[in-house]
Amino acid sequence: MDAQALTYLFVALSFSLYIGIAIWSRAGSTNEFYVAGGGVHPIANGMATAADWMSAASFISMAGIIAFMGYDGAVYLMGWTGGYVILALLLAPYLRKFGQFTVPDFIGTRYYSTTARVVAVICLILISFTYVAGQMRGVGIVFSQFLNIPIFWGVIVGMAIVFMYAVLGGMKGITYTQVAQYCVLIFAYLVPAIFISMLVTGMPIPQIGLGAEVADGSGLSVLDKLDQTLTELGFAAYTEGAKSTIDVFAITMALMIGTAGLPHVIVRFFTVPKVSDARKSAGYALIFIALLYTTAPAVGAFARLNFVDTVHNTQYTDVAGWFKSWENIGLIGWEDKNNDGRIQYHPGAPFEGKPTFGPERRADGSRDVLNTPTSSENEVYVDRDIMVLANPEIAALPDWVIALVAAGSLAAALSTAAGLLLVISTSVSHDLMKKTFAKGLTDRQELFYARLAAVTAIGIAGYLGIDPPGFVAQVVAFAFGLAAASLFPAILLGIFDKRMNREGAITGMLAGLIFSLAYIAYFKFVSPETNSAEYWLFGISPEGIGTVGAVINFTLALVISRCTGPVPEEVTKLVDNIRIPSGVGQAQDH
Amino acid sequence: MNNNRDYWKANLRLLGILLSIWFIVSFGFGILLVDQLNQIPFFGFKLGFWWAQQGSIYVFVILIFAYIHLMQKLDRKFGVSDEDDTAASEAANKEDA
Repeated sequence: MDAQALTYLFVALSFSLYIGIAIWSRAGSTNEFYVAGGGVHPIANGMATAADWMSAASFISMAGIIAFMGYDGAVYLMGWTGGYVILALLLAPYLRKFGQFTVPDFIGTRYYSTTARVVAVICLILISFTYVAGQMRGVGIVFSQFLNIPIFWGVIVGMAIVFMYAVLGGMKGITYTQVAQYCVLIFAYLVPAIFISMLVTGMPIPQIGLGAEVADGSGLSVLDKLDQTLTELGFAAYTEGAKSTIDVFAITMALMIGTAGLPHVIVRFFTVPKVSDARKSAGYALIFIALLYTTAPAVGAFARLNFVDTVHNTQYTDVAGWFKSWENIGLIGWEDKNNDGRIQYHPGAPFEGKPTFGPERRADGSRDVLNTPTSSENEVYVDRDIMVLANPEIAALPDWVIALVAAGSLAAALSTAAGLLLVISTSVSHDLMKKTFAKGLTDRQELFYARLAAVTAIGIAGYLGIDPPGFVAQVVAFAFGLAAASLFPAILLGIFDKRMNREGAITGMLAGLIFSLAYIAYFKFVSPETNSAEYWLFGISPEGIGTVGAVINFTLALVISRCTGPVPEEVTKLVDNIRIPSGVGQAQDH
Repeated sequence: MNNNRDYWKANLRLLGILLSIWFIVSFGFGILLVDQLNQIPFFGFKLGFWWAQQGSIYVFVILIFAYIHLMQKLDRKFGVSDEDDTAASEAANKEDA
């Protein structure tokens, strides 16, 4: 069988597994739909959380970003793992003890205010939609590259699958499918990484291979060789960053507290039976996540090394097949500026913007790039998202590994999309309908609205995936900043500051959200030409501004809560209660 | 009530210690001190680079498990552990099914 037939087989097998699980675990009550009946084992919940968490961005893009950013890639590695420490220590156990269904539930009850609840719902929907659109797009790219299906049909198939288990199964279906998806995705990530680590260094464990000597007789370690090769080509050294220290600091912090404030991650801790289980499942989740996150920097470094080796100074007619196949779908472009028929790889953009191609091929078979060339020596445009997908081909691994990577990236994208769609539908049916606008709903009616909201959300997400407005891809990364600046401080203060009141929390959330949104919108859409360090506030990029938004949120909330009315007695009692682990009920409606 | 207040104080002390370690390994070693630590070689890595891309993640995992263990001890010491709640929540689950 060739790679494409194998890919069809692997994808079909994994999809039938997910659908089988969905049918087996159909949800019968709102309790099962929202929090899987509150009876999920911590290890299973850890796996599900890991799959929920690791999206198309982690699986497909991260290693590629690290490959091209070098040291600076650490902001993602530390930011997206360190957040779990915050989550486990400061939020998860207390929210589990609180024991309701959603994040707006907590905020609405703790701040005894429907306004607070609605503000939280708005934050949640903004955060989740920016995030989910990127996932559906990831599904589309994988389908079009590996299965030769147009992106449109790829997204439709993805929507149908998510529909099956999210709408029928609710949280219960999603949890058990995510366990399966975690297994698929981690296997698909580790197998090529181990292969490549063996090829490059002879050491099968990628985490150690990253520090080992390159097996080419040079006696240099992987990182030294990379530093040397890249500086010879004019790049910055791989192990040294290009971003300023304050920016690295701010981005890492925004990603960390953003992670802890992401509603689809928090809600996972409502599904376990007890407070101690919530702590444990955060621990297991981080182990499962760390497995991929400590491998990613090795994958990134090997990929960069292999890429330079196979591409730089190679005659176009001799270059490997993967180079041409990605050129065919427009994610690689080559402009032979010095007319020597060889590909030269150097820093800087080869031409302006993303490549657009003329209809005719050049004499050597390469595609004719129409963009205006720049003055740099660099001749190659590479979309960094292709590194993980192309890696097995670059390293000439067997066909079944390539098929595995396709199935794994679909698992990563679908599991995250499902988790996000669930929190969107839950907050609409539960927080907006039942708790705000239609208080008399029965359990059955509420479940119906939850499914209706899930269907609508899938439709919108699918539309954004097929026809993304130009800004979607850029905005995905900002979901973290928004979560950091709006929800995280409100939840944290709700647990740790007994005197935090309605007025403080609402002002803080709104100020943090609006400030961060405005800052991002200004530099990304209003005035993108000024998006550089000299214009940034304190030298902090839009990616890291959530940290400043969070500081504003905390400060305003603390000041205003001290100048306004006291917290009602029953809320003080509630805070006392969630601080003590014993006496937990099931996650349920009070 | 005093018991609960002491439990909360002990909890905050533990959080303070663990979060200090969290901050030192990531923001300290991985970001603020990275240039100084990079002078030190470490199994083929520069040490600062290793902390930023590998070491901090391992410490994060250890921190959460240390927290799980230490909190369990604290819960028992102050008699607020949820270990006895198992029966209750299982019964509730059955009722639900």
